[in-house]
Amino acid sequence: MILASQQHWLFHLYQRAGFGAFPGQLRKVAGKSKKQAVAQLLDHAATVRPLRVVEASELTLSKVAQMSKEERKELKQDSRQSIKDLNIQWLARMASGEGALRVMMTLFWVGHFACGSLFCEGHYSCRSRNAFFMQQYYNVLHQHALGKFGDLLLEVSKTPAMLQFLNNQQNRKDAPNENFAREVMELFTLGRGHYSEGDIKNAARAFTGWGFTPDGEYQFRRYGHDFGEKTFMGKKGTFSGEEVLQLILENPQTARFITQKVFQFFVNPTPDPEIIERLSKQFYQSGYDIANLMETILTADWFYDSKNAGVRIKSPVELLAGLQGTFGVRFEQEQSLLFIQKALGQVLFYPPNVAGWPGGQNWIDSSSLLFRMQLPEVIFKSAQVTINAKDEGDVNTEFLSRRSGRVLQATADWPPLLRHFSAVPDRQLLPELAAYLLPIPLSETQKALVQSRADKTNRESLLKSLSLALISLPEYQLG
Amino acid sequence: MHITRRQFIGKSALATAGSTLIPGFLKAFESQTLGRKNELGEKILVVIQLSGGNDGLNTMVPYRNDIYYKGRPTIAIPVNKVLPLHDELGFNPALAPLRPLFDDGLMTVVNSVGYPNPDRSHFRSMDIWQTASDADQYLTTGWLGRYLDAACEKTCLQPYDAVEIDGSLSLALKGEKIKGLAMQHPQKFYQSTRSGNLQRVAMQTESHAHQAASYLYKTLSETISSAAYIYDRSHIFKSKAPYPDTELGGKLKTVAAWILSGGRTNVYYLSLSGFDTHVGQNGQQNRLLGQYAESVKVFVDDLKQRNRLDDVLVMTFSEFGRRVNQNGSNGTDHGTANNLFLFGGKLKKPGFYNGAPDLASLNDGDLQYQIDFRSIYATVLKQWLNTADEAVMGHRYEYLDIV
Repeated sequence: MILASQQHWLFHLYQRAGFGAFPGQLRKVAGKSKKQAVAQLLDHAATVRPLRVVEASELTLSKVAQMSKEERKELKQDSRQSIKDLNIQWLARMASGEGALRVMMTLFWVGHFACGSLFCEGHYSCRSRNAFFMQQYYNVLHQHALGKFGDLLLEVSKTPAMLQFLNNQQNRKDAPNENFAREVMELFTLGRGHYSEGDIKNAARAFTGWGFTPDGEYQFRRYGHDFGEKTFMGKKGTFSGEEVLQLILENPQTARFITQKVFQFFVNPTPDPEIIERLSKQFYQSGYDIANLMETILTADWFYDSKNAGVRIKSPVELLAGLQGTFGVRFEQEQSLLFIQKALGQVLFYPPNVAGWPGGQNWIDSSSLLFRMQLPEVIFKSAQVTINAKDEGDVNTEFLSRRSGRVLQATADWPPLLRHFSAVPDRQLLPELAAYLLPIPLSETQKALVQSRADKTNRESLLKSLSLALISLPEYQLG
Repeated sequence: MHITRRQFIGKSALATAGSTLIPGFLKAFESQTLGRKNELGEKILVVIQLSGGNDGLNTMVPYRNDIYYKGRPTIAIPVNKVLPLHDELGFNPALAPLRPLFDDGLMTVVNSVGYPNPDRSHFRSMDIWQTASDADQYLTTGWLGRYLDAACEKTCLQPYDAVEIDGSLSLALKGEKIKGLAMQHPQKFYQSTRSGNLQRVAMQTESHAHQAASYLYKTLSETISSAAYIYDRSHIFKSKAPYPDTELGGKLKTVAAWILSGGRTNVYYLSLSGFDTHVGQNGQQNRLLGQYAESVKVFVDDLKQRNRLDDVLVMTFSEFGRRVNQNGSNGTDHGTANNLFLFGGKLKKPGFYNGAPDLASLNDGDLQYQIDFRSIYATVLKQWLNTADEAVMGHRYEYLDIV
């Protein structure tokens, strides 16, 4: 069954192509067709807005060497703040709804080309380098998020963050390191089972010499590169790293692998092989045009089939950004945002490993579900936070689990929502709000339960109490 | 027909109502199982994870080794401070409370534990330890989660059969079909599930045709009933043993009360954090080791006094050891192989399981592993938790003569 009413399909579209349908956004698409709404999303996503928290000049190693002890300490604090700033700014973009599709797509690619905070210890310059590299890495993914997958793959592979994370900086002719070569095929392009160990060895040789300068620039180091003949995917040649990536793109399996992942992320965690095959052929023929792939998906009838509605469990940052965007939530302390990410298991710029966040049901266990369901009370009613976030023991990340006080102080901005529903009579407010906040219809008993929590003192209290009751339901975890 | 408590209350809205509302006949059914174990038997595993990479060389000190003293001119533990255990290794003095346990045959030290192609990133190496994967393999389930899964062949266990005393659940306890449960304290956990709204929401058990929604409702109602069960089974017995007023002391006190109250939890998972000692190592590490040793000592004594130590195995590990040479800040950087400790009343080889680490044959400044940690897991699964280890580990690992 296809989602018929505009209210329903818009909700679905904005859940998937963004972080929810925020009050201001819906006004702009009222009365539009699906095609027009998608065109508008793509149009708004055209603008590339890089994050700029750290400047390249801040990380010159020689400068650090001349610093006094106090200056170094300060630098360390600053750079820790920088990673935090990157995290918060990205989250703020999700919550703003601006350019939603590009921001969401960036989140998808960050999960796909997962690259974490770097392994660094002891060095004073390491953290600021870390922040700068992560910023650069984010900006590359953001810039190419809706471009050609081939450009995205090549550019992200050459970021210092990725070169360091997957040890290509150490990959030299006389001592090849296969880490990048393996992951690029297993996780970024082909998937397990579509390459041989020999392909990995030969690809690793092709990537020798790919490195970066202390200033964070990609650098091809000729003396470290293996110019000899390689055998890769059944072909012989003196392949460079670029040529190996090109050969990988020529294999339609790459299109299939990426399309399936996109489908499972944006449409339904259960793959539909027939649709995926069709999409992947088109993706391949379009020269891996990501915007084209997304447009095809978001305008397809099957995308709006009710069997695809509400089948995704929101990731922690999606949940958080959705709450912020829908209710205009502002936390008094930025640290609260980090704490919630940490407690729920997804901290931006800190993926668990190169395979990214596993997602889906992996987000949910007893404690994370309880915390997710208590979050509305915590935010809107200053309820106490009863859990602590785990401290991993790494001196560089322990700041993430810090929480100040027992409450996460926040304020919400109700007027936009009140305006949005101003034409809806009180008795219709519950079904309208439910359709606005939840992806699947409520049963009669659930409606009764929500109704029992209604505070009818005035319009505002009614809207607040019903909203709170609705987002405290498990269904709010779905999108 | 054999009906388990789970099947029984799963069919009834009572599952969410908390223990006080469970009617008498069900209480009688429960009382039969009180103090009895689940299908997997009587044995209990308590894992204590030292997060951050505990420096094994300053823990179990090679006090007659020149390489050790040369590599650590300012942070080595002086010979006269070490508590010698045999002619090569001795305790860091902060571990003094463990000395009687070692002498009484209640402790095994396994040296040089690690895995091939070690990773020096905290996250990655902890992942490897928690999932029991190879260094180049990424698993989304943990070894103890898969242990829970394995029981599903017959009857699935409950989340409370593997419990982490923490605010959030570690990957180690996440299985494919079932996940363990994380909570900080039984009473607080119970209270947090007692809110009227949460209870009423969970009561909405009418058919959820929607798969994702039904998974959420199932998890919610399991959480609420688990919280009630745990609360019931963990405060019958109040331990009077002198647990230190520290984080780990508090956690072990909770675990002891739970075990001694007859709860059927098989696996407890705890962690102590702060071992990432890059700068000014000794003060920090000694403080943590002291906290660890004092807490474990009281815990082991407590269980021994109550005749339950034979059912309990405590295992302590860290995601990696640290480099042999100290760094420029009186600390140590990330390393590789490390020691692992076992405590319990049924150890097959108390004392040292194997020889001291070989500081003369290093790999790029790091210790080389002799024993794959997955051999230890496999042995614990097979010999202690009575589980088909190969299904859980995905591979056959050699058993060790430890339990």
